[in-house]
Amino acid sequence: MSFQINKLYYGDYGESKNGAADISTNQTNTAEWPLWEVFIRSKQGLDHKHAGSLHAADAAMAIENARDVYTRRMEGVSIWVVESKYIHASNPDEAGSLYDPANDKAYRHPTFYHLPEEVKYM
Amino acid sequence: MEQAFEQIFQDKIDREVRIEPKDWMPEKYRQTLIRQISQHAHSEIIGMLPEGNWITRAPSLRRKAILLAKVQDEAGHGLYLYSAAETLGISRDQMYDQLHTGKAKYSSIFNYPTLSWADMGVVGWLVDGAAIMNQVPLCRSSFGPYARAMVRVCKEESFHQRQGFEILYVLSKGTEAQRRMAQDAINRWWWPSLMMFGPKDDESPNSIQSMKWKIKRFSNDELRQKFVDVCAEQVKVLGFTLPDKDLKWNEERGHYDFGPINWDEFWQVVQGNGPCNKERLDARKKAWEEGAWVRDAALAYANKKAKQKQAAA
Repeated sequence: MSFQINKLYYGDYGESKNGAADISTNQTNTAEWPLWEVFIRSKQGLDHKHAGSLHAADAAMAIENARDVYTRRMEGVSIWVVESKYIHASNPDEAGSLYDPANDKAYRHPTFYHLPEEVKYM
Repeated sequence: MEQAFEQIFQDKIDREVRIEPKDWMPEKYRQTLIRQISQHAHSEIIGMLPEGNWITRAPSLRRKAILLAKVQDEAGHGLYLYSAAETLGISRDQMYDQLHTGKAKYSSIFNYPTLSWADMGVVGWLVDGAAIMNQVPLCRSSFGPYARAMVRVCKEESFHQRQGFEILYVLSKGTEAQRRMAQDAINRWWWPSLMMFGPKDDESPNSIQSMKWKIKRFSNDELRQKFVDVCAEQVKVLGFTLPDKDLKWNEERGHYDFGPINWDEFWQVVQGNGPCNKERLDARKKAWEEGAWVRDAALAYANKKAKQKQAAA
């Protein structure tokens, strides 16, 4: 299958002229600050939620940068950072079999049960 | 096999299921996104320069604080977008390198100079206005990290446009010289703002694939027309005019007609011959090179601290 994309969009001036898309990955640059994932608690009582990522030399800098990048409008009261390489994730290709055990257990939901109308507060 | 993946992928897109970084995707989709997102990020970063020009010369403390906040937002927008692009397997340094070597482009609007204070108003009103017109549909882009970054960007961008319009509104109530300055700025920025939407649709024929992938949802001309319609009305509030003698309401179409765009100028600027291309790129390269010792020192310090901690444990 081959694709030809010549459509030019906003911020995209086409690759024949100025393309920037050839990605030679796995180029390890040791001088690059490591990548951190940022989690923010938007207010007391709520969970920390993934907000995005950023680069920083160490954890203290990551937290300060996270404050500047992700909480300029009081979006947070608490910040967690973790180096991205320490995140382990499930494989999306295996999502089908991974979540399969939950598929046929509708009886785990309260709506599975039919109760008489006159039962209140349940 | 490839074809089966391709089919599953397209089905997801058609059902408006977002694509996430670890999902299978066609290589061309990945590359198109890397190019578009990184160029978008570069535009935010380079976009700080024309406005940074006026931070020290803002006419009041209020305006200075606002401009500082706005430029800081642009830096943030660049960082959200770089992060989104990184999820596709390109490193931050690779993207910087592409920018600094001229391999990657950024929005050509930022290659125009900001000559007067009124330019800060027009950049907010027209340049950020055009950007918002483009960016709002990108919040529904098929690639999850890009769409999420754009939601953040759009939330913050609205203040940018409003503060710009307010600058112009104040000038429009000012002295004759202030009104002249504002009109001059509008005259210089109007056409480059229209060029921000990119080439005409019929000059970019193979659009089907990208639309099908829902990376973008409206064509350049559709968005440009929408922008003209909005601005033609807004300029009346200011009591200024847009520099286009062909600008006229077309009852039949239900849109404003407008004059031809100078595409030669557009391509000249894209190809590096705009008034400020060299200056902008030089400023970025200088910042990068002169910041090298800071990056190295921070990393060396972090490594030393980590070793000390290990030794103590």
